Amino acid sequence: MSEKIKVEVKTIDAERLKKNHMNRQAYEDRINEEISAIIEDKARVLDLGCGNGDLLKMLMDRKDIYGLGIDISTEAVLNCVKKGVSVIQEDIDEGLLQYKDKSYDYVIMTETMQAVQRPDSVLQHIVRIGSKAIVSFPNFAHYSIRFGLFFKGVMPKTSKLPYEWYNTPNIRHLTVKDFKEFCAKHDIKILKEIYLVKNGKRMRRKSMFANFFAEDALFIIQKKQYI
Amino acid sequence: MEKPPGNPQPVVKPQFFTFGGPPNEFILESGQKIGPVTIAYETYGELNKDKTNAILILHALSGDAHVAGYHEGDNKPGWWDLMVGPGKAMDTNKYFVLCSNVLGSCYGSTGPSSVNPKTGKPYGLSFPVVTISDMVKAQKALLDSIGISQLVTVIGGSMGGMQAIEWTLQFPDVPKSAIVIASCAALSDQEIAFDTVGRNAIKADTEWENGEYYGRDKKLKGLAIARMIGHITYLSEEGMAEKFKRRLQSGEKNLSYKIRYEKEVPCTTGSTVFDKDFEREFAVESYLAYQGEKFVKRFDANSYLYITKAMDYYDAAAKWGGGSLKQAMKRTKAEFLLISFTSDMLFSPDQSKAIVEALRVNNKDVSYIEIDSKHGHDAFLLEKKTMNENKILSQAIKNFLLHSRV
Repeated sequence: MSEKIKVEVKTIDAERLKKNHMNRQAYEDRINEEISAIIEDKARVLDLGCGNGDLLKMLMDRKDIYGLGIDISTEAVLNCVKKGVSVIQEDIDEGLLQYKDKSYDYVIMTETMQAVQRPDSVLQHIVRIGSKAIVSFPNFAHYSIRFGLFFKGVMPKTSKLPYEWYNTPNIRHLTVKDFKEFCAKHDIKILKEIYLVKNGKRMRRKSMFANFFAEDALFIIQKKQYI
Repeated sequence: MEKPPGNPQPVVKPQFFTFGGPPNEFILESGQKIGPVTIAYETYGELNKDKTNAILILHALSGDAHVAGYHEGDNKPGWWDLMVGPGKAMDTNKYFVLCSNVLGSCYGSTGPSSVNPKTGKPYGLSFPVVTISDMVKAQKALLDSIGISQLVTVIGGSMGGMQAIEWTLQFPDVPKSAIVIASCAALSDQEIAFDTVGRNAIKADTEWENGEYYGRDKKLKGLAIARMIGHITYLSEEGMAEKFKRRLQSGEKNLSYKIRYEKEVPCTTGSTVFDKDFEREFAVESYLAYQGEKFVKRFDANSYLYITKAMDYYDAAAKWGGGSLKQAMKRTKAEFLLISFTSDMLFSPDQSKAIVEALRVNNKDVSYIEIDSKHGHDAFLLEKKTMNENKILSQAIKNFLLHSRV
């Protein structure tokens, strides 16, 4: 009897994980598409936390960019090398100092900010190194998370943030509002904002509701000095 | 081709290429001439019709041309057999892999132990100074003789990596890519310091006799000590601690417990005996002594002097960029993959990163992998296939070659 229950739990778990994964993939694809639409041909692009290099590869194929990725994971850099994507294995919390001002047309950091030690320092490097920067992150003020915390009283889990509090790589939770406040305070101009909801679809509601409804946010930002 | 029983790779034979006979002697970077010059090399796989599928492997300080497969009668394969062969990282079904012994070495290529045709005696210290650049130039002569004008990649670790870098700078149109492992564009002062202690050990050895020891049965203790120092730098503190654990060589002795009253000189407390064993009491001492002795049997002391000096002299920035590595790297047309190991005290990750940075700011295609390892500089030549370092290294090379067109 108990075995049966266990098996059932397992199946549900596997299905949930699969669904989560598909959902995450949908987000990633959507974000990559959005970015691809923004980047100009032959741009110089630096991708921080580039993962398996899918975005850079796509931009190389579609936009003939000069791209470089940075990632700390060995598996990720091996996959980049396999795709012919230039990549440096490095910790973005430590390795950005030597990159010169405006040395890239775009610095991209998708779904990585929540995992860095010092997002403040990384963000300021990003807008310094890139003439423009593109960042995306999961919005921790999404209503499902708010309700989760409010009713259940435990750290909420979603398809975008599926980990337990003790093993999550997402150590810096932030919200759309937090990010906007940070930009205002640090002389960073937001040029464009894109909000994603379930399955990576673009949010149709007005952006004033974004902090409540957006699961994920993507911003094009620029250092005010560079404008 | 006959295969030794149970050996997966065919028997390979060393080959020799001789050039630079008078009056067309090989001109060295120093301006001196030497000739004729013989270069020993081995090849694996087949060269394609257009001669565009060649990979050149560059060996380290004490290496030779025997990279893979087995020599007749040997039961030990070449030094990088893990990486070279059918289906391996450097797949000999696809690539024509070539490795030659460097100029100045003692494994079939012309070096201080070779006979000077003018005197009929070994060169010894009359052998001219050779540089990394000279080694590369000699390799180019070998490739020219085969008719190879394009290399898929040049690849090497340690001094081999220095040659790979030099290849992309001296002959930028030849290698399409370079794989530089645990290497640097110039040795640090600390590395030169280790080298000079080694050379001093060789020179202080009375049996070395100013380099004229050939033909006499000598046990060159100085060369053994040089190798011992070298070996310390090839390992890491952590790696050594794990391997030796302060163990004593003799299993019955233990520094803290064993009471040995039968010794003539018991220590005053009567609880422990301290020996006057200044040689190999600790396991690490014994290990180093063994490595030293083994090395003396296989390597030439004068070659050690010349090749370490060649490494010390090499400075890609000074040679090609007026002191600026960034300026130097403007020349290269190769796509780069650099790999370093976290615990490498000899060729540190920072030295690799300096090359990465010089390439990056020049908009060159460059990738860098830093492999987590406690095996120090030795990590690039670990023998076990299952070692994590080898898995990553092999995957990195394989993946990098995957998108290079033949």
